[in-house]
Amino acid sequence: MGAFKKFAVAALALGGAGAAALWWLALPERLSPNAVAALGTGDAARGQRIFDAGGCASCHAKPKSDGEARLLLAGGVELKTGFGTFVAPNISTDPNDGIGAWSLEDFANAMLRGVSREGQHLYPAFPYASYARMKPAEVADLYAFMKTLPSVAGSAPDHTLPFPVSIRSGVGLWKLLYLSDQPVVAFADGTPDKVLRGRDLVEGAGHCGECHTPRSPAGGADRTRWLAGAAAAEGQGIVPNITPEGSGISGWSESDIASYLETGFTPEFDSVGGTMVEVQKNMARLSAEDREAIAAYLKATPPHPNGYPAPQPKPAG
Amino acid sequence: MRKFVLAVAAIALATTAAFADVITDRQAVMKENARQVGTLVKMVKGESAFDAAAVLAALTALNDNVQKIDVAASFPAGSDQGDTTASPKIWEDAAGFQAEVDKFKAVTASAVAAPAQDLDALKAQVGTIGQTCGTCHEAFRVKKG
Repeated sequence: MGAFKKFAVAALALGGAGAAALWWLALPERLSPNAVAALGTGDAARGQRIFDAGGCASCHAKPKSDGEARLLLAGGVELKTGFGTFVAPNISTDPNDGIGAWSLEDFANAMLRGVSREGQHLYPAFPYASYARMKPAEVADLYAFMKTLPSVAGSAPDHTLPFPVSIRSGVGLWKLLYLSDQPVVAFADGTPDKVLRGRDLVEGAGHCGECHTPRSPAGGADRTRWLAGAAAAEGQGIVPNITPEGSGISGWSESDIASYLETGFTPEFDSVGGTMVEVQKNMARLSAEDREAIAAYLKATPPHPNGYPAPQPKPAG
Repeated sequence: MRKFVLAVAAIALATTAAFADVITDRQAVMKENARQVGTLVKMVKGESAFDAAAVLAALTALNDNVQKIDVAASFPAGSDQGDTTASPKIWEDAAGFQAEVDKFKAVTASAVAAPAQDLDALKAQVGTIGQTCGTCHEAFRVKKG
């Protein structure tokens, strides 16, 4: 065998092993039996808080739904991003079109591991990279609440994704980089419970970092610039910096933040706008204690400069 | 040729300047709205005491300001360029934008017609006004850095 042939065989073998290793690493990983046992039994009343904090209805109910219509989770909302168009699925209790046939374990695998009941990777447009940080009991509570919601027939259309985003195994590699159940911001012992409660809401169910944190080219949250603000994933404009630095809310007090989340008015009496309008309506449904906890956490997070480019200089004239 | 270029440049400058005025003017209207709403929000938040006369004065000033909004004059085509947070959707969905402005006018007019006489009523009234601000800003304003 010539030297070149030997090299080629070695390269192929290595390449094959590499491909096999990648394939293995990219396999969907479900929750361990211990993690499943930790879910316990959920409570629907507590789950409503998680439902509101997560803003599930904002993507899974029809746009502009109010009142009872918010609880009809037929899906269909499109998220038009640079990675393709994602469509929120039906997560009502319909056993065929929704998730009515899912067990708590199935539900928790989707929320915490981004794995569907069929064992496939879910795309992280469903923000499980945040939900992975939720407490097991919160997931069980949410499951119990969603079990009380109406069944709505009808499947939402499929995502429209370009190659290579269309390859689901790629999501497995993405998860190796970005999926973790550990908090983003580590606090010292003795940090007030209020701040920790706020961290649970902001980093977990509330998934604030999904829009307020800049993303790497591979589409994961850049934790070194956590909550620093970012270019909007959809359409034009920016999502503000919500750390204690930069041009977002650095001048706001805790009560300014809590009040904004409750009323939608900034300290200058401007109103909430853009996609935050839906979020603020959900935040207004939480308890005052929860809104104050969110504010306390935001004031305690590490400050970062703005995570989006500075505005273009004004044209002369 | 030189004259032509000069003329074009002059027109370009003039239009930019004209839009700058339009943009500054409409921003001033918004700031004034915020000032009046601020009087009401401070009462709702308990930062100032409920005062029926001050409520009526703020609602009246707000409504006078809002009734004067003229979409054609304040949002001419092309004035999405420049130092503005107006969304291009204002021009893409002109009918939808006009409907939001009309709703705003109706909301402030009915508030003046029946101004809140106590704090609970004021909370509801401010809630309705705030939601009207929000639905329009949700679709027709772009946050910039």
